Amino acid sequence: MSVSADRVDVRKTYKLYVGGKFPRSESGRSYEVYAAPRGARSAAAGTRGAFLGNVAKGSRKDARDAVVAARKAQPGWGGATAYNRGQVLYRVAEVMEGRRAQFVNEVQAAEGLTAARAEAVVSAAIDRWVWYAGWSDKYTQVDGSLNPVAGPYFNISAAEPTGVVAVLAPQRSSLLGLVSVVAPVVVSGNTAVVLASQDRPIPSVSLAESLATSDVPGGVVNIITGHTAEVAPWLASHRDVNALDLTGAADVEGMAWGDLERAAAENLKRVLRPAGGGSGAQEPDFLPTPDLTRLRAFTETKTVWHPKGT
Amino acid sequence: MPTFDYAPAPESRSVVDLSPSYGLFINGEFTEGTGSTFKTVSPATEEVLAEVTEASAADVDAAVAAARAAYTRVWSRMSGTDRGKYLYRIARILQERAREFAVLETLDNGKPIRESRDVDVPLAAAHFFYHAGWADKLDFAGLGTDPRPHGVVGQVIPWNFPLLMLAWKIAPALATGNTVVLKPAETTPLSALLFAEVCQQADLPPGVVNIVTGAGPTGQALVEHGDVDKVAFTGSTGVGKAIARSIAGTRKKATLELGGKAANIVYDDAPVDQAVEGIVNGIFFNQGHVCCAGSRLLVQESIAEEVEARLKRRLETLRVGDPLDKNTDVGAINSREQLDRITELAAAGEAEGAERWSPRCELPSKGFWFAPTVFTGVSQTHRIAQEEIFGPVLSVLTFRTPAEAVAKANNTPYGLSAGVWSEKGSLILWTADRLRAGVVWANTFNKFDPTSPFGGYKESGYGREGGRHGLEAYVRTGA
Repeated sequence: MSVSADRVDVRKTYKLYVGGKFPRSESGRSYEVYAAPRGARSAAAGTRGAFLGNVAKGSRKDARDAVVAARKAQPGWGGATAYNRGQVLYRVAEVMEGRRAQFVNEVQAAEGLTAARAEAVVSAAIDRWVWYAGWSDKYTQVDGSLNPVAGPYFNISAAEPTGVVAVLAPQRSSLLGLVSVVAPVVVSGNTAVVLASQDRPIPSVSLAESLATSDVPGGVVNIITGHTAEVAPWLASHRDVNALDLTGAADVEGMAWGDLERAAAENLKRVLRPAGGGSGAQEPDFLPTPDLTRLRAFTETKTVWHPKGT
Repeated sequence: MPTFDYAPAPESRSVVDLSPSYGLFINGEFTEGTGSTFKTVSPATEEVLAEVTEASAADVDAAVAAARAAYTRVWSRMSGTDRGKYLYRIARILQERAREFAVLETLDNGKPIRESRDVDVPLAAAHFFYHAGWADKLDFAGLGTDPRPHGVVGQVIPWNFPLLMLAWKIAPALATGNTVVLKPAETTPLSALLFAEVCQQADLPPGVVNIVTGAGPTGQALVEHGDVDKVAFTGSTGVGKAIARSIAGTRKKATLELGGKAANIVYDDAPVDQAVEGIVNGIFFNQGHVCCAGSRLLVQESIAEEVEARLKRRLETLRVGDPLDKNTDVGAINSREQLDRITELAAAGEAEGAERWSPRCELPSKGFWFAPTVFTGVSQTHRIAQEEIFGPVLSVLTFRTPAEAVAKANNTPYGLSAGVWSEKGSLILWTADRLRAGVVWANTFNKFDPTSPFGGYKESGYGREGGRHGLEAYVRTGA
């Protein structure tokens, strides 16, 4: 993003991340993305800053392709050892740390933050991967149980991934918020189709590049940039999506999260509603250390019985 | 060899004192509703047992208001220790009046007295006993910080285990500090109304438990009521989806325990005699009116013939008939409507080319009855392999490899339960890992316990009931 005095900089093409590859939108569309002015509190247009780039404008077909990629990747990722998944998530933090200057620049431009604030946000985003990486081989212990049934049976309950999760990433918190919703989905073995922040998508593309170079198998995280209200309904109604995270439904024009939840009922997707009261939606503060709500929302408890005897 | 027939061994009805008509249980008292009435019949004889009130929207409103007042003024302020003591009292009264509940349940539902006496009622009491102990220990349950109740819970339960489903719903709700409005199924309202008496005997504060009887519209009024904070539903996937749609966009929480089409996988190294007992228990327990019934038998090809032969021989000994007879294995179908549905799906099985078989058995001339039925030569696309029949009908399919067994088992939109039969531990664990089902019974089937979470994957619904996990649905946590 920085412009040097003595050379013409090489500008980047921002593409989708699907199945471990970086395709353009099949629709051939892109949209213009601008920096948020300093101190911007909302993602609303009309207060645009500098031009940042043309970003792929994902379509219904791109979302469907991403679901196919996520479904294909799920058994392998869910079947990997928890230790392995933990190392892969930790590796994401390592790779992001190496690119932190780039992330700070992008987050600063995308969110209109001071340099110091952007540094803090990027640090928190990297640390969030570390936090969730550690949960991979502990969560089933903390959440599982050996159940003392009244009979000669061994009975055990443990969490398993729900499957393919569609995630509406937060609109304002373009990196920390994004990491905070994606990591708890994938740490347990789910795969994700993520709609990035509509007006602040550029950090999500750099996150995709970090994922692609971090041993995260292709298809585990798929990131679609574009217009949320256009693509989200297709994910909400998709029959091969198991769960829907509506965190990023706050501040999206032309879309009511209740409609998405209603569409999700068709195959009884697990739905994580946005924060807020009534039919309102608000974006939470992602800086504090999370609890297990997000991780738990996208797991299923399986209970296995077996008789004891001779 | 001489055979000895069973003499009739009927359980006495005298322990049950039926009223000719019942009102609604609102705010600790039986009240007349403002709606119409309907009759509940014994499905074994079609005898009218009692007249029951169909709660109107206004009645539901009154019940929710009573639950809200009880929540605000009494129940949410009471210590967990004291809430627990009320639940212990209820558990004890259920045990003391166990025979009365068992006979009433069998009369109203049609299930064999052996099952209501040995399964439904003791498990219901156990659920209250288990959850009573949680009431003052929620901070230790690992649910998150500061667990606290939602408020008023609206609960709608099915007719297959009327009292047990009531216990699954009410015990955790009360233990966590919520108050309840519960609607029993329209064909089996009586044990819930008797439970209302138990609440009175226990001196449970008025309004903590409210029972509204009625059919679909009553349930809908309850689920969609604006002052209900949480919905808990057990029933069909169709209704479950409608509920999920109706609460979309609100802050109402829901747990849904819906349908199933469980695979019961029998590997070639299974203990065949035990497996046959498990298959029978899996599909003919409670006339197959079980959401987690093992309705699809997947048997490895090399032993299919032997398993089918032994299964049929075993089914010849099943005793179908008077549910009140202590020797009865298979009772009456719960309603004419359900009988019609089972009959229709069984006919579809024949029409689609599966081979139908039933043991010789004489069915009573009155009431709703369906002989235990086995379909062999069933393929994945047959309706009887895809749709939930909710009756004593088993579909038999075969497989060659473990991978094929898992693929076939998971090839359903449901994911409630599954069974695995093998003597090889590693094969059982490998299979259990891959089954997309909330409960996996290995070398057993249809076992339930208050400490053991129950609930499904996929279109079998969401949330768990029972165990530590079941508490999650009834509390809010965090700041």
